Amino acid sequence: MSKIPLQFRHNGRDVAIFVDGGTNLLVALRELIGDMTPKFGCGQGGCGTCSVLIDGELHLSCLTLAETVGGRSVETLDGMKQGPNLHPLQRAFADHFAAQCGYCTPGMLMAAKALLDRNPSPNRDEVIEAISGNICRCTGYEPIINAILAVAGGRASA
Amino acid sequence: MGVTVKTFTSASEAAGALSTDRSARYLCGGTLVMRALNEGDVSISTVVRAQDQALTRIDASGPRITLGAGVTFARVLAERDLAFLHAPARSIGGPAVRNMGTVGGNLFAPTPYGDFTVALLALDATVAVQGGFGSRDIPIEEFLQARDRQAGTLVLSVSCTRPASTEAFRYRKIARIKPKGGSVITLAAHLPISGGRIAGARIALGSMAPTQIRARAAERALEGRSLDAATIAAAASAATEGTSPSDNALGSAWYRREIVGVHLRRLLSGQE
Ligand SMILES: Cc1cc2nc3c(=O)[nH]c(=O)nc-3n(C[C@H](O)[C@H](O)[C@H](O)COP(=O)(O)OP(=O)(O)OC[C@H]3O[C@@H](n4cnc5c(N)ncnc54)[C@H](O)[C@@H]3O)c2cc1C
Ligand code: FES
Ligand code: FES
Repeated sequence: MSKIPLQFRHNGRDVAIFVDGGTNLLVALRELIGDMTPKFGCGQGGCGTCSVLIDGELHLSCLTLAETVGGRSVETLDGMKQGPNLHPLQRAFADHFAAQCGYCTPGMLMAAKALLDRNPSPNRDEVIEAISGNICRCTGYEPIINAILAVAGGRASA
Repeated sequence: MGVTVKTFTSASEAAGALSTDRSARYLCGGTLVMRALNEGDVSISTVVRAQDQALTRIDASGPRITLGAGVTFARVLAERDLAFLHAPARSIGGPAVRNMGTVGGNLFAPTPYGDFTVALLALDATVAVQGGFGSRDIPIEEFLQARDRQAGTLVLSVSCTRPASTEAFRYRKIARIKPKGGSVITLAAHLPISGGRIAGARIALGSMAPTQIRARAAERALEGRSLDAATIAAAASAATEGTSPSDNALGSAWYRREIVGVHLRRLLSGQE
């Protein structure tokens, strides 16, 4: 089976790879580009830890056919930190103990970023809705919700 | 194991490719097709895509609205003129699934999925399909009854008439997980009122049979009546007629039969 050439922007950088037909974007990012920040949880769309932004929109990379991102912009957690500094969301996750085992964290951060990019001051219900496609087995969600609300403008107690 | 991906610029070329290759599967948002590929489904050897703008068009300005098969639920939610479809669109997946999943793909989604299609069935939508020999319009009910035999046809769009008022169209999805989760049962009701009486009631149910179905006995109980307590009770007690739900992880067939009348009553009486 011949390989398919694929070019896209990965965290602001142009990348070019060859993929097999049917390869999903998660495999392309992890195995072909070496970006290990999107995680493999289920490969079924159920857990959300593989979440990335495609042209600014939240998508599940495990359910994205790699070649559909040709010419588009893909953002992962790896592109979130700003130079040596953590992104405010990353900082807030640390401060609010929003990560325990950390497996859900990449997807949670991308879902939170997708929300705040569109709606800088969401209420609690909007935060819950925004991370509703992401499963966390450790934290019970409250610390994650509070961390996102803290970044959204000190509404953590709302 | 790789599959062959064929991408076409026009819907008709994609339809041609689908109609000539039995092992080809159309990929729209991919939320179900990619799942199958990730699981190693060997029945799919070719994936067909179309990058035709006609498939992602929304026409929501007039009394009759048309949604291209490739329109995502996020786009339905972004369209103010489609407010009557916001409840079903919002009830699907989490945000990522709504950014990816499409109206066309939903027509093929097996139980516990296919919530948007329940709404379209109550609205008596028309499905425009293109086979190897041109395109035609099919009433959604007929489309769903023959869904297993639709392989090889490409859905181009769905269209329906806008309900006359917000009261006239109602939707309710029962899920165990909130705000996201597969359907235990899904209900939609279109209740046009003429001279104080219901004229042309359509009740659609999801997860009550292998495909979405109409609750015809409940519709008959509503027809020509005003929407009062006695009428609602009669419709609710007829809700299970003709249904054949099955057991799955979200609920048993018995449970579904027990609750469908309760939720139909709440839907019709406008309760939360
Ligand atoms: C985590 C998760 C949660 C979900 N939650 C829900 C939910 O709450 N409610 C719900 O209803 N669904 C849900 N789904 C299922 C699914 O996302 C939706 O049903 C969606 O509408 C499917 O659309 P798609 O474009 O992604 O389909 P695809 O995966 O692209 O296609 C699905 C099927 O339809 C066929 N198909 C698609 N488009 C066409 C076309 N234009 N012509 C002919 N055939 C076509 C494909 O060949 C395939 O067989 C969920 C899925 C996941 C992964
Ligand atoms: S790995 Fe993609 S949703 Fe679980
Ligand atoms: S921190 Fe362990 S899954 Fe969320």
